[in-house]
Amino acid sequence: MLTRPKRKNPVLRTRLPTLPPGGRSRVALGLTAAAALGRFELQQCKDCGMVQYPPREACQRCLSVKLAWKGQRSGGELISETKLHHSNDLFFRERLPWRLGLVKLDCGPTVVAHLHEAAKKRISIRAMLDRAGQAVLAALPEKEVVNMAEDRQLREFTCDPKFRKVLVTDGKSSVGQSLIKMFVEAQADLIWVGYAEPWKQFPGFAELQKIPQVTLVPLDVTDSKNVREVAAEIGGKVDILVNNAELHRAFGIGNRAGVETARSEMDVNYFGLLRLAQEFAPVMRARGADGQSSAVAWVNLLSIYAHANFPPHGTFSASKAAAHSLAQCLRAEMRPAGVRVVNVFPGPLDDEWNQLLPPPKLAPDALAKSVVKALQDGIEDVYPGDVAQEWLERWRDNPKALERELSA
Amino acid sequence: MNVLLELTKELVSGKIKVIDLTHTLSPEFPHISLPPEMGQAWPFRIEEVSRYDERGPAWYWNNFSCGEHTGTHFDAPVHWVSGKDLPNGAVDTIPPQNFVGPACVIDCTEESGKDADFLLTKEFILQWEKKHGRIPPKAWVLMRTDWSKRAGDAAAFQNYDETGQHTPGPDVDAVKFLVAERDILGFGTESIGTDAGQAYHLRPPYPCHYFMHGAGRYGLQCLSNLDQLPPTGAVVFAAPLKIRNGSGSPLRVIALV
Repeated sequence: MLTRPKRKNPVLRTRLPTLPPGGRSRVALGLTAAAALGRFELQQCKDCGMVQYPPREACQRCLSVKLAWKGQRSGGELISETKLHHSNDLFFRERLPWRLGLVKLDCGPTVVAHLHEAAKKRISIRAMLDRAGQAVLAALPEKEVVNMAEDRQLREFTCDPKFRKVLVTDGKSSVGQSLIKMFVEAQADLIWVGYAEPWKQFPGFAELQKIPQVTLVPLDVTDSKNVREVAAEIGGKVDILVNNAELHRAFGIGNRAGVETARSEMDVNYFGLLRLAQEFAPVMRARGADGQSSAVAWVNLLSIYAHANFPPHGTFSASKAAAHSLAQCLRAEMRPAGVRVVNVFPGPLDDEWNQLLPPPKLAPDALAKSVVKALQDGIEDVYPGDVAQEWLERWRDNPKALERELSA
Repeated sequence: MNVLLELTKELVSGKIKVIDLTHTLSPEFPHISLPPEMGQAWPFRIEEVSRYDERGPAWYWNNFSCGEHTGTHFDAPVHWVSGKDLPNGAVDTIPPQNFVGPACVIDCTEESGKDADFLLTKEFILQWEKKHGRIPPKAWVLMRTDWSKRAGDAAAFQNYDETGQHTPGPDVDAVKFLVAERDILGFGTESIGTDAGQAYHLRPPYPCHYFMHGAGRYGLQCLSNLDQLPPTGAVVFAAPLKIRNGSGSPLRVIALV
């Protein structure tokens, strides 16, 4: 069982992050694309139906090139296991011994998988992102066991908040307060909570102060100096940064004169992320391999509108699209340190700025729950709730159609 | 000319002191907040352009941004709807001689210390005149509350609760009296507005803005160091930036004592 790590000996050197092998062919990235969403997909031949592994250009049975990525049954049987005691790969060398197994999947192929400590005979296979951001197969026990998430190897693929230190950049919003609640439940060690404009009394402030894990820090993502100072003060201890600071107004182009409101949205939603990234990312990168509770994840609260503009909230959508693009840059820059950038794309939230939108709207608690679960499951792109899931499918199927539907 | 020469001599000798009535512009300094659905003034923000580094090897400089009504600032008549059609009502067209004037400092420290919603009345001003003499025409009338001493604590400076802001200011009759019967140049306060925090509920709402600007008079807000001024006898220099059709501007306010 995972125990709270001892305080770090401050005179010892912090090890530099290393990565497992990250090279993948374009075809093999199909596995990564599914794993990023928490899905297990393999190629399946449209002609003969054979499930393929490893990813390939043509069917290994009938040589058809019509291979499509499809969700597969995750069950399988462990055929053999191997414990690695030696590796020339820098990443695995530091993590020996390492358990691997040969698994016969119910859907057909036999695969080599990273083997959970409790995995025996019947297993459940999962495609997970490793520290290099690439999909690998992990074999877990078919039935949930106690403390299953705490397996040493599995934790290399996940970003579990347990015993980790979290910064939530905005504690004033209902989403921020839900996030704090969920991180407490997930046994985060410490939660820094940012709040801007400290003179504005906000609901829930007194309750936040009572939570023993919570430390409130004045943090305004529009103020570079403030962000720099907060990063200087606590940046070296933040393992998971959740940027939920957001400015949301319900305007398009025509129903709000001038650029001031749109500029404020950009200042918080886009430049806020940039400011945080410039100040917090370097020190988090330096701590990508800092023992059991290393820096592991950076979460951005984006919006489904980052993919396709919702004209009634047009300038907000644009700011989220900008933030999404920047988050991709951040992801590339964090990858060498093994720090995962998780992007969250909710549909409309049940909050004051969506007051006039009809339900279904995503409850802040549901959003927060999906963020924590994504960290625990090692998911990179999160589409919480039915609305976001539906729009994701529509967008993947036909982006142009979604553009027309949203502007109807 | 002799008067000016005498003045400069006294400045050099230190007999006349120069008092800075201005807060430092910084991102932390409290700014005006309106209901969130309305347009908002920018708070003061500053971004480094270069600091003897690869962005500019031998020089240090910043870009800053802020609204016209940020920090210690000047309100021009066009700021308010009541002054929108007045001639010379914007910061670039106000005659420059109006930026200089004698100061009358009315000490309301005790009263506003006891009651954050303290309203300065005509009666209070008349009592002040009994002690310090009649307010001369074209004077700056400055309401001293020592509110500036709260500036290090944004929450105490803004003083919000669930019913809004609680800061002292003048009442309706006091403003009318100062404009009509004392012909003042403008009214200055230490808090974030020339009006009281709860002035939205007066009739008319925000009387100091309404009547002062409606009569072509000016406002000064977020003043500091008023405790270093005598009740009468100081001269205030308050020249805003020359922004075309500007409604106000941050500025450096100084007083000669």
